[in-house]
Amino acid sequence: MSYNVNIKGYYGEFGGAFIPEMLYPNVEELRQNYLKVMAEPEFQAEFNQLLKDYVGRPSPLYFAKRLSEVYNTRIYLKREDLNHTGAHKINNTIGQILMAKRLGKTRIIAETGAGQHGVATATVCALMGLECIVYMGEIDIARQAPNVARMKMLGATVVPALSGSKTLKDATNEAIRDWINNPVNTHYIIGSVVGPHPYPDMVARFQSVISEEIQKQLLAHEQTSKPEYVVACVGGGSNAAGAYYHFLEDTSVKLIAVEAAGHGIDSGESAATSVLGREGIIHGSKTLLMQTKDGQITEPYSISAGLDYPGVGPMHAHLFASGRAEFLAATDNEAMTAGMKLAQLEGIIPAIESAHALAVFEKKQFNPNDIVVLCLSGRGDKDLDTYINYFKL
Amino acid sequence: MMNRIQTKLKEDKKLLSIYFTAGFPNLEDTASIINQLEQSGVDMIEIGLPFSDPLADGPTIQASSTQSLKNGMTTEVLFQQLKNIRETVLIPLLLMGYFNPILQYGVEAFCEKCQEVGIDGLIIPDLPVDVYVADYQKMFEAHGLLNVFLITPQTSEERIKFIDSISNGFIYMVSSSSVTGSQEGFGEEQTNYFKRIAKMQLHNAQIVGFGISNKQTFSQATAYTKGAIIGSAFIKHLTENREGTIKDFVKRILE
Ligand SMILES: Cc1ncc(COP(=O)(O)O)c(C=O)c1O
Repeated sequence: MSYNVNIKGYYGEFGGAFIPEMLYPNVEELRQNYLKVMAEPEFQAEFNQLLKDYVGRPSPLYFAKRLSEVYNTRIYLKREDLNHTGAHKINNTIGQILMAKRLGKTRIIAETGAGQHGVATATVCALMGLECIVYMGEIDIARQAPNVARMKMLGATVVPALSGSKTLKDATNEAIRDWINNPVNTHYIIGSVVGPHPYPDMVARFQSVISEEIQKQLLAHEQTSKPEYVVACVGGGSNAAGAYYHFLEDTSVKLIAVEAAGHGIDSGESAATSVLGREGIIHGSKTLLMQTKDGQITEPYSISAGLDYPGVGPMHAHLFASGRAEFLAATDNEAMTAGMKLAQLEGIIPAIESAHALAVFEKKQFNPNDIVVLCLSGRGDKDLDTYINYFKL
Repeated sequence: MMNRIQTKLKEDKKLLSIYFTAGFPNLEDTASIINQLEQSGVDMIEIGLPFSDPLADGPTIQASSTQSLKNGMTTEVLFQQLKNIRETVLIPLLLMGYFNPILQYGVEAFCEKCQEVGIDGLIIPDLPVDVYVADYQKMFEAHGLLNVFLITPQTSEERIKFIDSISNGFIYMVSSSSVTGSQEGFGEEQTNYFKRIAKMQLHNAQIVGFGISNKQTFSQATAYTKGAIIGSAFIKHLTENREGTIKDFVKRILE
């Protein structure tokens, strides 16, 4: 079995491009060009140079000694939190802005939930001098004021999504509608491994620098390029896709995905799509999603704005359905506690999304000799208010 | 047996088709709106099955979908409401909806229900052409359902020809590169596009949708095509005037 995308844009039975005809020319143009463009030596050179000099890659693979002692295993943190703009999201936006330029696009649109992907997109647009419009749910605009300010400072226009539930899924709908209305000059920089083919594959490839570096760095630390486990949180699934990428076909490396359970899987306020979702279509992709019996998409909940998406990327739906990856879910409380623990044991304040991945150590006992690589997808600066309110700091 | 849509397309006139969202403004309005539209002289009706995330729709149809879902509309309720519709209504009826609710209902079960209540065609904007051909064409045809595909000003000539080859009713010509309801009248660009498609001499008739709101845009759209579809403007009318004056609305377009 393969865990990569096939020629038709499917991961097993998941994926495809379930899009209205109005989007077909845009998506088809991208589909026909993305692999060709990415294979060009000049593209590779420019991408790699920006990742190095602008993003600050390679990000360190850090052996977390005290955390390892507490959990009696060997824990390495892949420090995506040290990237410029504070998360893995910029790996993808650098790649896509270069793609957009190759395709002759002059206007960039994006969706954002917490604002991390919006900031990463606004950043690369400033870098390249391109117009940038970011759609953001009206409710998220109100609760993520610092990131809204950052995007504005970077020259982006932030447009409130007023439809539906006024959060991430609606911001994504608005971005797609914008693309329908502007089919020629605009590129849509989607923020995760979601959406119609070729987006999930393209974003996974741009994020795959994470696992490529893990292999090299682990070899230097441990004389092996293969960990026993790779752990990552999953919202749409881009940091996980990047961390898994070069290990996908090697089943001796076990993959663990941690979703957001919110107030608990059965609480009615959760974002644990693999447990609560069924196969269906969201944002142009056949995947697992949270929906009513009638196929209306429901609103998820998590304390982490980056994880409250009602679907997962089709790659993850396939990893779940095939059993290739183990899916766990961490509640708000488990994630917040794990985040606090990392701060106090290692001096690293993680993004609340990444804190969900860290909760794995309370859920699963690893062997003392296991090498467990955990993708620390982002830093906690953006979440300080949430930490303050939660712990009454 | 000829499908009602195919029979209608043979009539020597420009066709007026109206889209409305089922269950809007009130849950139980569906059958009454259909009956009034037919009595007002409308040629064909597209009954919208509401979806929580209508990607191709502008604010008017989005809002009507949200309201309809709040009112309690579901696929099952809609089929209940349409159960006796063929006792009074003779014109072609199409269902228009996004693919996910149909997938959750079960595509085959959905087709059976459509046939049972007397639906003639389906418009599913996010069902891709290749998936339709591979998985659903036979099923739709076995239930007497015509599947209607969309084309836009950006659709390549080659793709239009392919879509024409797998259609057997009409092609839904989206008037401009936009979501529903966003146009204010047609300009030269649209006219050129209508002419360009007319010149292709397709097997299937073309019916224009998106941005048609009054007599003038209806005439412009049908100058080179078989008919036109009014959606957002009709929904706005329902919102502002309630249903008492559906006749007036249609009369203003057709007179
Ligand atoms: C730090 C961080 N981690 C993870 C995510 C979740 O996204 P994904 O699952 O695509 O990695 C986000 C999204 O905003 C994020 O900001």
